[in-house]
Amino acid sequence: MIEPLWEVFIRSRRGLSHVHVGSLHAPDATMALRNARDVYTRRQEGVSIWVVPATDITASSPDEKDEFFDPAGDKVYRHPTFYQVPEGVDHL
Amino acid sequence: MLAGMDSFQATIEADGRIEPRDAMPEGYRKTLIRQIAQHAHSEIIGMQPEGNWISRAPSLRRKAILMAKVQDEAGHGLYLYAAAETLGVDRADLLDLLHSGKQKYSSIFNYPTLTWADIGAIGWLVDGAAIVNQVPLCRCSYGPYARAMVRVCKEESFHQRQGFEILHTLCNGTEAQKAMAQDALNRWWWPSLMMFGPPDASSTHSEQSMAWGIKRHSNDELRQRFVDMTVPQADVLGIRVPDEGLTCDEETGHYSFTEPDFTELYEVVKGNGPCNQQRLAHRVKAHEDGAWVREAAAAYAEKQAAKAQGSAA
Repeated sequence: MIEPLWEVFIRSRRGLSHVHVGSLHAPDATMALRNARDVYTRRQEGVSIWVVPATDITASSPDEKDEFFDPAGDKVYRHPTFYQVPEGVDHL
Repeated sequence: MLAGMDSFQATIEADGRIEPRDAMPEGYRKTLIRQIAQHAHSEIIGMQPEGNWISRAPSLRRKAILMAKVQDEAGHGLYLYAAAETLGVDRADLLDLLHSGKQKYSSIFNYPTLTWADIGAIGWLVDGAAIVNQVPLCRCSYGPYARAMVRVCKEESFHQRQGFEILHTLCNGTEAQKAMAQDALNRWWWPSLMMFGPPDASSTHSEQSMAWGIKRHSNDELRQRFVDMTVPQADVLGIRVPDEGLTCDEETGHYSFTEPDFTELYEVVKGNGPCNQQRLAHRVKAHEDGAWVREAAAAYAEKQAAKAQGSAA
């Protein structure tokens, strides 16, 4: 009997996104949430928890990270620092 | 573009972090699994010597603190098992390896906690030594291990302070209480020094681990750091480190100290410490006694899933 693996994400306070903190085993989602509370928020580290079955996550592959992220590599004009601003122009 | 092992080497050389699905040498993966598993086992076995005193803590405050600390040790074990699992092993298999004696845990937990002062000494010395070992691991080249260590280190500092507070209270109590604190220091000092492992000259895994950025400082460097940090704290407590050879070099500020008797460490690692059999037997029993809880939870989950499927159909 192998309990499924859950990935745990925690919102540390209102206004911030949930962030991945680790994983744990639990038989179902309810238990996963309770375990996540006990394992990852013993010192009030969170106001909200997501648990996601690890098998439901689709991830990009590190083997192809160069090709995968290539398209953004040659588009420096997407950054404001690419542009020259004449002297004396403010609020731009 | 670098792929596979070239990418691994380049990342290590640039002091970058390796993440779970990256290509890595088999030796790197194996070393990490062995080290993280041993670390995780130490956390959960470490619950026993302290758990031994929960029912006999001298006040409700001390009892609540000790329970929180033992819960933290369980939590640390879980962070670490989760980190180990990112390397492609299963926690259940690691526990089997612990239970069958094929994987080890820190030898320090094979010593008994004879008096309440031992709980103070464990927090102060054992957790103090653990912090010295673990702080550099926050910069370990393997991302999940390093991140787990950041969480662990934050929590350990409470452990160390509560231990020091226990001893400080005893040292400011009656003569008998102070003697109890001294006795605990006498018994825990040498095993604590051994927590840093064998001397550099005879440490088998160190060199490769340093090259891979798993280990950042040598055993002897960390041991020195621990002694330098701890001796002045013993002075504040007013108890004496049991080392006749201990002297402070005024110029460097470093203490020179007597090397512990490492034959004792090797004996304890081999299984001949005072509590090896008891610790492992207790661990196996707790695991087996808890089987029905795991089975019940799984059966409930299955039933709920079947119900949900039934109502959807």
